[in-house]
Amino acid sequence: MAETEERLRRTMMFVPGNNPAMLKDAGIYGADSIMFDLEDAVSLQEKDAARDLVYEALKTVEYGTAEKVVRVNGVDTPFYKDDVRAMVKAGIDVIRLPKTETAAMIQELVKDVAAAEQEFGRPEGSTHVMAAIESAKGVVNVNAIAAASDRMIGVALSAEDYTTDMKTHRYPDGRELEYARNVILHAARAAGIAAFDTVFTNLDDEEGLIRETKFIHQLGFDGKSVINPRQIPVINAVYAPTKAEIQTAQQVIAAIAEAHEKGSGVISLNGQMVDRPVALRAQRVMRLAQASHLVDEEGNYVEE
Amino acid sequence: MAIKKTALAGTLESSDIQITLAPAASGGIQIDLDSAVASQYGDQIKKVITAALQGLGITDALVKAVDKGALDCVIKARTIAAGQRALEQTEPAWEVL
Repeated sequence: MAETEERLRRTMMFVPGNNPAMLKDAGIYGADSIMFDLEDAVSLQEKDAARDLVYEALKTVEYGTAEKVVRVNGVDTPFYKDDVRAMVKAGIDVIRLPKTETAAMIQELVKDVAAAEQEFGRPEGSTHVMAAIESAKGVVNVNAIAAASDRMIGVALSAEDYTTDMKTHRYPDGRELEYARNVILHAARAAGIAAFDTVFTNLDDEEGLIRETKFIHQLGFDGKSVINPRQIPVINAVYAPTKAEIQTAQQVIAAIAEAHEKGSGVISLNGQMVDRPVALRAQRVMRLAQASHLVDEEGNYVEE
Repeated sequence: MAIKKTALAGTLESSDIQITLAPAASGGIQIDLDSAVASQYGDQIKKVITAALQGLGITDALVKAVDKGALDCVIKARTIAAGQRALEQTEPAWEVL
């Protein structure tokens, strides 16, 4: 696991790497992570120009607290090595490897990342990696992939390629993704890293987006990939805790503080024991509440 | 260093700049700039283009720049891409980036 401090990753917004207007504005939509794409969104003739452009944007444009991720071209392409080197030099937070099928692919990437950190004088270990799972083979090997390196921060399901590989396509109810979603989520949780659900491609179907987000939220995913900034507030609304959840979380946190003050090892709230999972859930609810602007800096509930 | 061939990078979309380079035997870097903000930012745009080309070691070139409101980082990236294409270099220009 790359980070001890858990980070909110409700939305990862895809930004085409060769589009200056979108690169310039990517920071203003409130995405938790921004994924600059050098792969599928860039034509073969423009790979060099997109790499230069994303590099310069990363060096100069302000993206606030968003986590900066870049999707490099695949290991089997002539662009991969220079993509990795340029993005490490630019100081990217996370390199996302497309079409990951084995743990060895991640280990290879980590080796290349470490070499680039040394080449360009970046702090050792400052560049994290994540894997996109886009095939049956990737799903079958995802446990090893998720645990392949301590630089790993997450795994993402990429459903378009995956459903094609499975000889099906995407359906509105998502049942074709049932196995892959659950396996990827378990691999991520077992390795202590984040799990990202796939994109919802029909921009005109907001109800469908809400339905799918509620479902993956229920399963336990950290969040979803988004292809349009319009989808960000919709997903954040699904992840926002209710007032009752926030109040319970505040009571749990207060009970813990009180128990610490008294020097008591056993914490109880309304006659119920507060154990570690309850405490962790309360902390996560408060992080989400703050990110959703439902509480102020001191944790007081903000009335609408 | 003079460039070997004509090359282009960038598009005519908003926030982009299209840089076209053509060989010139002498005369330095000559820039023909087309921009709606040329009166306010023309000198700055030309400065960024010239610096990027010099970074690549290009001393003589005819430059046509069609600006659609590009930030300096975009101007620099597009100039480097066009310059490297004109020089037929495929390895990224690490010392200029």
